[in-house]
Amino acid sequence: MSGSDHSTYELLRQLADSWVLMGMAAIFLVLVVWPFLPGMKRKSDAAATMIFKDENDGQ
Amino acid sequence: MVSVVTRAGVWLVLLILAVTAAALAADGNFAIHMSIFAIAAFLALWATVRGADYDAIARGILRMPDNSRYDDDPVRWATIATVFWGMAGFAAGLFIALQLAFPALNFEPYLNFGRLRPLHTSAVIFAFGGNALIGTSFYVVQRTCRARLALPGLARFVFWGYQLFIVLAATGYLIGNSQGKEYAEPEWYVDWWLTIVWVCYLLVFGATIIKRSEPHIYVANWFYLAFILTVAMLHVVNNLDVPVSLLGSKSYPLFGGVQGALVQWWYGHNAVGFFLTAGFLAMMYYFVPKQAERPIYSYRLSIIHFWALIFLYIWAGPHHLHYTALPDWAQTLGMVFSVMLWMPSWGGMINGLMTLNGAWDKVRTDPIIRMMVMALAFYGMSTFEGPMMSIKSVNSLSHYTDWTIGHVHSGALGWNGMITFSCIYYLVPRLWSRTRLYSLRMVNWHFWLATIGIVFYAASMWVAGITQGLMWREYGPDGYLVNSFADTVAALHPMFLLRAFGGLLYLAGAVIMVVNVWATIIGKLREEAPMRDAAFDPAADKPILAAAE
Repeated sequence: MSGSDHSTYELLRQLADSWVLMGMAAIFLVLVVWPFLPGMKRKSDAAATMIFKDENDGQ
Repeated sequence: MVSVVTRAGVWLVLLILAVTAAALAADGNFAIHMSIFAIAAFLALWATVRGADYDAIARGILRMPDNSRYDDDPVRWATIATVFWGMAGFAAGLFIALQLAFPALNFEPYLNFGRLRPLHTSAVIFAFGGNALIGTSFYVVQRTCRARLALPGLARFVFWGYQLFIVLAATGYLIGNSQGKEYAEPEWYVDWWLTIVWVCYLLVFGATIIKRSEPHIYVANWFYLAFILTVAMLHVVNNLDVPVSLLGSKSYPLFGGVQGALVQWWYGHNAVGFFLTAGFLAMMYYFVPKQAERPIYSYRLSIIHFWALIFLYIWAGPHHLHYTALPDWAQTLGMVFSVMLWMPSWGGMINGLMTLNGAWDKVRTDPIIRMMVMALAFYGMSTFEGPMMSIKSVNSLSHYTDWTIGHVHSGALGWNGMITFSCIYYLVPRLWSRTRLYSLRMVNWHFWLATIGIVFYAASMWVAGITQGLMWREYGPDGYLVNSFADTVAALHPMFLLRAFGGLLYLAGAVIMVVNVWATIIGKLREEAPMRDAAFDPAADKPILAAAE
């Protein structure tokens, strides 16, 4: 940041240690909690059994 | 007619360019490779001109694909290619194992260990594994989207273009073309060709998902898509090279020193994470439930598995550079993320294994399920061993030793190999419309030969690796190292023999698979006793008569 030779490193290190880290952790938590929101159990079960809808699919 | 002329024209231009490049080549290796390119372009031109249905074109009939059927031709070709390249890769592996035990087998310069080793790794990872991934992804994406493959012409180009990449890579190693980067050995023009093929692969896969009839995208497709996208990114960044001449085979990487090393192992470990793990997990999430005829144990766990794998794997690469010039914090970061990866990996293993909950008898009666269970068991074992070896203090003993080789092979032979074999056994009767495989008992033989082969391989390499590590670090009372490098090589000789024996067993199992797949394709059915029958004794099947007093 100071215009020294290591500015790219300093900038990336600053990003990685602060809000990018928080942001990625937050995105990860949202994605992992998502399937456990109310009503998602039914959708998950439907998705899991979807591959059996075409039992004679192999031609 | 216009499209035939256009396509033939493109191939003709490429043919002329390749011949010109071969004639003006700066070095012999480049000339050889441009000649191979020219032959491929000629074959493509010939197929375009010969394959066109001129009668239909003359009568103005537009031939539309039959949308009531899935487009399985590329899947059939990829299945055959998987079996073919698998045999080539396993045979090369056995040969280089024997070279280590018997150095006289190094035939200079074309067939020495240094050139055959990348031939083996690329043949098993990219040729055997890559064709399995391309074939199964085209099969699974159609079935789970309930839609015919999008861009059929491009899908065919992906298959044949990928085979050309394999041929260029393999011949390149033998004639001495290498960037010297592990799992990324092919030179710059081969990298460019693979990039083109890979972008087309992404287009075919993505366009099929977009035209899907099912509202939900099944989780296997998430894994396939992550594999395709991430491999594209890894491949491009790790191969940012500047060629010395546009008509020569030599190039130099953009990144040097420790940055180059970090980029290489960011690539190398994510090739394991996204090629050999995410892609093969996609196979697991479709074929294990289908063969077990039960839905995946927990669909929600599979989503956690997916996101955790994606978020964690990408940081694990630095564990390949412990105790090097890489900054200490980066090494520790790689180690910590590798240890955390243990959790999603075991979550995925448990998800796959628990799919058999309530149907565990199938492990006894269905050798294909047994293979899948063994694959998942090895997925679990190698994803436990990996994080353990990434811990710095363990790594100080294990790194650069044969323990690493053993670890890689328990993952590759056990997880990737076994899950691929089971998918081939699932696919072949369905793709060629056969009632069943030629022989289930031969699958059983394959299973046991492969399993015992892996046990020999992994056990001998554990012993060899720990022996090596301990001998390297042994100091005498005078403060000098006790053993020379040659001493350790001599000590490992029996282990090298046992490793080669394990490889021989694994190869023998694969030979049985070739016979079985071949016979199934040509339509033979072996008459054999079923794997399991409920006991029945006709002699005892009668009432008991009251004994005479």
